[in-house]
Amino acid sequence: MATHNTAFPRELEDEAIYILREVAAQFEKPVLLFSGGKDSITLVRLAQKAFYPAKIPFPLLHVDTGHNFEETIRFRDELVEELGLELIVRYVQDSIDQQKVVEETGKYASRNVLQTVTLLDAIEEFGFDACIGGARRDEEKARAKERIFSVRNDFGQWDAKKQRPELFDMLNGRISLGENVRVFPISNWTELDVWNYIREEQLAIPSIYYSHERETFERDGQILPYSSFMMVSEDEPVSTRMVRFRTVGDMTCTAAVESTAIVIEDIIAEILSATVSERGARIDDKRSEAAMEKRKQAGYF
Amino acid sequence: MDVLKIATAGSVDDGKSTLIGRLLFETNSITTDKLEAIMASSKKKGLDYVDLSLLTDGLIAEREQGITIDVAHIYFSTPKRKFIIADTPGHFEYTRNMVTGASNANVSMILVDARNGVVEQTFRHFYISCLLRIPNVVVCVNKMDLVDYDQTTFEEIKNAFMDFAEKVRFPGQEISFIPVSSLYGENLVHQSAHMPWYNDAPLLSLLEAIPLEQHLSEEPSRFPVQYVVRPKSEEFHDYRAYAGKVASGLLRKGERVVVLPSGQETTIARIEKFGREIEAAQAKESVNVMLQDDVDISRGDMIVPLSQLPQQSRQLEATICWMDKKPLRAGSTYLLQHGVNTSRAKVSALSNLIEVVTLGADSTVSELKLNEIADVQLKTAKEVFYDSFAENRANGAFILIDEGTNSTVGVGLIK
Repeated sequence: MATHNTAFPRELEDEAIYILREVAAQFEKPVLLFSGGKDSITLVRLAQKAFYPAKIPFPLLHVDTGHNFEETIRFRDELVEELGLELIVRYVQDSIDQQKVVEETGKYASRNVLQTVTLLDAIEEFGFDACIGGARRDEEKARAKERIFSVRNDFGQWDAKKQRPELFDMLNGRISLGENVRVFPISNWTELDVWNYIREEQLAIPSIYYSHERETFERDGQILPYSSFMMVSEDEPVSTRMVRFRTVGDMTCTAAVESTAIVIEDIIAEILSATVSERGARIDDKRSEAAMEKRKQAGYF
Repeated sequence: MDVLKIATAGSVDDGKSTLIGRLLFETNSITTDKLEAIMASSKKKGLDYVDLSLLTDGLIAEREQGITIDVAHIYFSTPKRKFIIADTPGHFEYTRNMVTGASNANVSMILVDARNGVVEQTFRHFYISCLLRIPNVVVCVNKMDLVDYDQTTFEEIKNAFMDFAEKVRFPGQEISFIPVSSLYGENLVHQSAHMPWYNDAPLLSLLEAIPLEQHLSEEPSRFPVQYVVRPKSEEFHDYRAYAGKVASGLLRKGERVVVLPSGQETTIARIEKFGREIEAAQAKESVNVMLQDDVDISRGDMIVPLSQLPQQSRQLEATICWMDKKPLRAGSTYLLQHGVNTSRAKVSALSNLIEVVTLGADSTVSELKLNEIADVQLKTAKEVFYDSFAENRANGAFILIDEGTNSTVGVGLIK
């Protein structure tokens, strides 16, 4: 990629803080969706700055698919402890046990789609009216279309054709009972902006973002982490590779890249020279050309 | 590193999405997986070329119809700066989405199909760019390959555009023209070999050189209070600060200020960013402000310098662009959001419906329909502290919200 300048544009931070303060002012019961990935870690930092020296005035919600990288969960718990945050965890396994969703089967089985149901249940259980997420418009073409305050109906659905006009920096968070708003404070950040921010702010991130040895196997030209959550066939030999992850999602849908990056400068150098996009390593997006839009219509973030 | 925000405009099929796709392609901003995906989609649609508009037309309905319905935000950077492009729809039907995309732009990039010349949408989009006071307009005369790269065609379009532009542009607005071919990448990143008669910079170099608005910091300072920070913790027991984003101007420590609406005078005691003290905060910076005296302040109030007060009124005159299917009628009540301040507002009069192409104005207006522009008079329940939009973009605009549907139904630019 022909991106060369590695200074973080500070106005993006000011914009994100402004958005987070609007959330706290306009909503009764906001929540920050936290996955343990770099984007949600960035959000936590921004929220800290937005309300300092007061505490972050909303809890974190982690929708746990059960197919986690244990490094991420450990990191999550340490961060919550260190910053004194309130963490709510809801489990996809519970939705399965309650027979609200049916576990996918076969080689490509993943809980990525199932987590929408768990999320919507959690929104209803706590009465959340705003869910802050770390999605960025540069990630994916349907996300590129979404507003910063994205209104969802009482089924959590996104209607792309009925988006509210969003003018200048004025954010309209008015909703009817049962509706909620998904808020994306880092809409205008790119992957590189996030990494430069993490570097300049010296933020800690889970170790799986750095190069490490891992049991992996190849499928459809991608390197996947070996785990008991996935069906691996005999013609997919498992071997140890030096890899890292560019995004952190459910273990069953996050591919690794071969890497020797051990410090953040290495990661940034890798991204600058990468020829594949960040979500190129997300199997969940590859299901169809409209995979993201369709999931958003169903209530996905 | 600075950020330049560009909004595309132009009629449908003038090639906006293709131009952006080409710009990304030529600057190596498209990764191979994204390129492979659109190559496969192009093939599936039976095209014999790679349809670069598929990069930005992200919705199912858009790809079905081959048009842009809503704004897509596209990001790329060069060694000089970061660019954010709002790729906006060309159809009249989706003008409100075009306005959404253009409202934050530093540059309006208007495409014209060289074969068709300036059309109604060209005028409309330029008119809106002027209304929104976008300081730079770049007119790309596209599809030059289809008119044999003919200089006369380009000059004629330029003259036709300027005939109209001279009537509506505002002082200081820069307008430039470039002949391009998005399909073949002519004059986008590199000088075109087919048009030796065009000696100015190609599009990307021009965009890299556009100066960012300096005047924001020269305008009177306006600090709308967004949120009151009161930790009430042991460590910060008496801490009280007013959080907000500086709308315009420079906010300085030690400055004498007035708090509106109470009118109480005080002094800025301290400005903080994440606990760190700073001497001054510039436009667009999110900060915490602490005042010398105990003043009653809540969200929606405004801190301004004693020497430069804004207008303060419950009567507003504004130009409105209507964005809802249900028309605006005199006598209706809406919620008016000006920055972070909201008030109920009643439309007391409606006049001067703008006919964009002829620039005629119909003085008797009974209602304002979707995408129409007219002048309104409003009466607000609370006082609004504003500047005229022409003088201060950051403190001169508001939105109207329908209290029944909660939807944003109009944007107003205060006179």
